[in-house]
Amino acid sequence: MAGEKLDTVAIVEEKDDSPKIKNLSDFWTFLKKELKPRGNIATPFNLISLPIMILGYIFIVYRLAAGLGKPITNLNQDFPWGLWIGFDVVTGVAFAGGAYVLCFVVYILRAEKYHAIIRATVLNGFLAYLFYAGAIVLDIGRWWNIYNPMIGNSFGVNAVMFLVAWHFFLYMLAELVEFSPTIAEWLGMKRLRKILGSLTLGAVVFGICLSTLHQSGLAALMIMAKNKIHPLWYTEFIPILYFVSSIFAGLSMVIFEGSISHKVFGDQIDEAHHKHYDDILVGLARICSVAMFGYFFLKIILLVHEHAVPYLNSPMGYWFLLEIIGFVLVPCFMFAHGAQQRNTSTIKFAAVITMIGIIINRLNYTFIAYNWYVPLSQKYWPAPMELIITASIILTEIWAFRWIVNRMPVLKEPPAWARKLH
Amino acid sequence: MDRRNFLKIFGSGVATAATGNLLNPAKTNASEDNQATEFYGILVDTTRCIGCRRCEKACAEANGLPVPDIDELTNKSVLEKMRRTSDTQYTIINRYDTEKGPIYVPKRCMHCNQPGCAAACLVKAMRKRPSGHVTWDANCIGCRLCMVSCPFDIPKFEYTKAMPRIQKCNLCYDRYKKGGIPACVEVCPTQVLVFGTRRQILEEGKRRIAADPDKYVNHIYGEYEVGGTSHLYLSSVPFEQIGFRKDLGTVPYPEYSTGFLFAVPFIFVLWPIAMLGINRATKKDDESGHGENHENKEHEKGKH
Repeated sequence: MAGEKLDTVAIVEEKDDSPKIKNLSDFWTFLKKELKPRGNIATPFNLISLPIMILGYIFIVYRLAAGLGKPITNLNQDFPWGLWIGFDVVTGVAFAGGAYVLCFVVYILRAEKYHAIIRATVLNGFLAYLFYAGAIVLDIGRWWNIYNPMIGNSFGVNAVMFLVAWHFFLYMLAELVEFSPTIAEWLGMKRLRKILGSLTLGAVVFGICLSTLHQSGLAALMIMAKNKIHPLWYTEFIPILYFVSSIFAGLSMVIFEGSISHKVFGDQIDEAHHKHYDDILVGLARICSVAMFGYFFLKIILLVHEHAVPYLNSPMGYWFLLEIIGFVLVPCFMFAHGAQQRNTSTIKFAAVITMIGIIINRLNYTFIAYNWYVPLSQKYWPAPMELIITASIILTEIWAFRWIVNRMPVLKEPPAWARKLH
Repeated sequence: MDRRNFLKIFGSGVATAATGNLLNPAKTNASEDNQATEFYGILVDTTRCIGCRRCEKACAEANGLPVPDIDELTNKSVLEKMRRTSDTQYTIINRYDTEKGPIYVPKRCMHCNQPGCAAACLVKAMRKRPSGHVTWDANCIGCRLCMVSCPFDIPKFEYTKAMPRIQKCNLCYDRYKKGGIPACVEVCPTQVLVFGTRRQILEEGKRRIAADPDKYVNHIYGEYEVGGTSHLYLSSVPFEQIGFRKDLGTVPYPEYSTGFLFAVPFIFVLWPIAMLGINRATKKDDESGHGENHENKEHEKGKH
């Protein structure tokens, strides 16, 4: 990712306070300094999140030692996939979709307006993959075999899961490359920064290919559950639905995360950017609105195409209508209205509703509309330990995000020498 | 040539050219071994089963599973409720009360000709052997997609173990390699089960139906279901009355995933071309040699 933030900002000569790292021991000294916490440690957020995280880590060790069954998870023979796959991995990856959409907008379409938020978005996407998709290690029953799809001699090359696994792995690398110029700027490595910056477009193109395929691939995993997923949700086109919905899921996450970042890290952002940010929100809301309308339209076509209309007048049918009207059509219009009125509160509210809708949609495929004919008393419901482990993973990701934003030029201006590269 | 064929040929061609036939989407993991060989399987004649559950006991002994004791075997109350195979029971017998009286039905893995579980497996731990046995290997990573993908809900996961396995009937593959027949077939006192090649048992099933058309419904479950299975069932009542799903269709399950697999070479060829094209087209002339664009140009030169 290239570092020029905004051409509008006048580049004033400033003191080059980048670290001078010449050898490994310099690097260690610098890292040790950076690893130290900054500011007030006893904030309310820290005091609440730290106990949950520690509890989560203890449960993670317990899960790895004791297996997946009760009391850790409520997974059973009818519901092999639960919260960890449905929320952590599948929903987490959809929320991380903002990175590939914005990379397309900024690096392929060259819409410079969005350049100001690209670093935070790519970082968020990378951390989402690292932590949420990484959470798959916990869900995998035989986790000590996790390297088998990567190194080994019995590759199931034509299995959808094989492609998804490799695409996850390669996409994490692509996002790391996209983010790497920021790391080089933090370390003050000027030569490296130039080289890494030149890799950005390649990584973006590769990353968009991978995203297209694994966003839809997550749906293709469910395609052989044909007789288990309720006919209102099952169609052979679910890969396309997942791909389209990842566009507005990811951008809603960008809006949500950005709104919080602008409050929490507001002191790192200069005045010009603050003003400019409303324009960005309005633009993102327009993209979301159009993508959601397309998605809604596709849902209606598929409803007719799959002859699923008669199922609408049933409890599952009402649940389906709530999802596509309450959590797709309504926020779609809210985005459109908010963009037209330039009302950022409406846009942020719409983003939250959209995100809830995406969670409902992904969980429908993994356990709510999956094996829907199983009596309610035997349905899967996340166990407390599953929820705590999930919460601790999310909180760890937020800690990592905060640590990086406070140290590297993600929201703040890149150092002067990096801006001069352009 | 219609559109579907064109897509198939294009997709296969690109993938084959790129990977030397390793990644041909038309060839799912489940279909590759299944060309010229004959599968072994079992014909299950439910009209003969007396529900003695000796097969359950023999199966448990042959596979090192908890063996049900004799009291429990003679205790018919076990049959009062519907059971399913589990991580400690590869085969079970259920009793269905129908208009033709009680019917006992042994249930276990159907050993599909093209199993969804094998197509789903990313490390080929679940495999359709050339002999027809669907087996599980320890290189499994435990993702449980086989359970999601099985139309008969057969693979079972050991949730309570620290080192869990996927458990299911493997048609006594170890015994087969030593020249034996499945333990359940060997022990059955009323010849409910016939072990043989799929051709043999299919012929035998058809012969029985033809010889006694009043006794059997004219349907062999597994002949066409999900593209054919190596376990075939005969029945005196329609199959939905004895716990078989009739909504599974005749398409082999792995074929549902080929549509997505065909998209992979398409995306990797067309997306970069389209994106680099748009990237060039949106370039402003006055930006030439400026910053990132300049770097991009260098990068692309290196790429082509």
